[in-house]
Amino acid sequence: MKMNHLLSLGVIGATLVAGSANAEVRDIRIGVDVPYEPMEFRTPEGELTGFDIDLGNALCAEIGIQCEWVVQGWDGIIPGLQARKYDAIMSSMTINEQRREQVLFSDPYITPPSAWFAPGDVEIGTPSDETLEGLTLGVQRGTLQDNYVTDMYGDVADVNRYATADDMVLDMDSGRLDAAFLDFPIGKSTLLDSGAGDYKVVGEKVTEPKEYFGEGFGIAFRQRDKELAAAFNEALATLKSDGTYDEIHATYFGEE
Amino acid sequence: MDALMTWLETALADNSIFTLQTLGYYGEGLVTTVQLVFLSLIIGLVLAVPLAIGRGSTYRWVSLPIFLYCYVFRGTPLLVQLYLIYYGVVFVDGIQETWLWVILEKPFVPALIAFTLNTAAYTTEIFRGAIKSTDRGEIEAARAYGMSKGLMLRRIVLPSAFRRALPAYGNEVIFMLHASAIASVVTIMDLTGAARFVYARFYAPFDAFLFVAAIYLCLTFGILYLFRYLERRLLAHLKPASG
Repeated sequence: MKMNHLLSLGVIGATLVAGSANAEVRDIRIGVDVPYEPMEFRTPEGELTGFDIDLGNALCAEIGIQCEWVVQGWDGIIPGLQARKYDAIMSSMTINEQRREQVLFSDPYITPPSAWFAPGDVEIGTPSDETLEGLTLGVQRGTLQDNYVTDMYGDVADVNRYATADDMVLDMDSGRLDAAFLDFPIGKSTLLDSGAGDYKVVGEKVTEPKEYFGEGFGIAFRQRDKELAAAFNEALATLKSDGTYDEIHATYFGEE
Repeated sequence: MDALMTWLETALADNSIFTLQTLGYYGEGLVTTVQLVFLSLIIGLVLAVPLAIGRGSTYRWVSLPIFLYCYVFRGTPLLVQLYLIYYGVVFVDGIQETWLWVILEKPFVPALIAFTLNTAAYTTEIFRGAIKSTDRGEIEAARAYGMSKGLMLRRIVLPSAFRRALPAYGNEVIFMLHASAIASVVTIMDLTGAARFVYARFYAPFDAFLFVAAIYLCLTFGILYLFRYLERRLLAHLKPASG
């Protein structure tokens, strides 16, 4: 009797997952914070697009599951994962030890440097305690750039923390900010390539120390979803070897 | 002082969130919040008295603009007003070249302006109500004494109106304290800004926000106590006479 029930449950279960190639991994929702060009943003028509979105969709297709994107503000993005509002985060999230205590990371899928950006008419030497003293610096609240700038220059400069990168660009346009510290690709596309104003990169691109800048961007999962992370790692390796990854990379960052 | 610091260090030794650094952020946030709320309430109060008198004027060219001002500022969210004043002014051409930019560049003054205009609108309405509900007999008596309008306002109407407005105004003060929590959206590190910083850095919403909630509770308690004291002193004549 009991066996029969179990058997029929199994049959139903098997039918339900028949659409996916991998029986352990279900369709999932992925949390993302927009806009953060060119990693994730909306087209003028309102469609989500960007490097993360395209790569995420390609990964899901490779695994054989349906992925739905959920837009979530950055400063609540990890609590949202734990509250099961979505099952993964793919939103330019840098892998570091602090975050690793909260979430399980995939292998890094891209490693971008951070950089200082300033309006063209602002004269700043190579960033240091002396050159940044008394200036107003912009960062996005809760980012690794926020931690880095707060710890390195919080005592000598004013640090303005913004909820979105757009607010920061607006204050840079208006002359309220002397410099902003951003992921390089994001700064390049929102400031340098936007044609909105005259901006420049100040100093070298920054990737050290590792305790702030981590090991690159990773997809975050809940700690217990080990199979899901493994499936994404496997798919990422496949896309990197078959050239799909390079194609997507070239779309957003151009040829290296 | 040194003893206090050593005590703090040992008390904080075994937690990673509330370090001296983060407590410093909360401390600075507390100062900013109190400054912002206190200044906007004082300026708002000073503005509200003439506005409340003008609001009850029989001349429509006086009362109508004040009515419109109160209507707009009570009818729109404070957050929207703050955004308009902080980000909106940027779109006025050439503002960066004028002296105005010196005060509008940093977020403090735009926030102060938004909060002041908002609380002045509410306080105006509170006072207007109190002035309107002045006992007719008192006004008739004042007229019978031959008091001029100004003298009557100063000696009879306003003193009793302020007393009657006190409990409602105490509420407004508390609302203002709590409304000031939105200052962090324009990058001000107030109490809530400090809590959001700690939350985003350590991914610890409960610790960060419960701690800041406790600070707000203490502030509210202080305000309640102050107004209780004022009411006891100024409204003593309304208490039932004791044996």
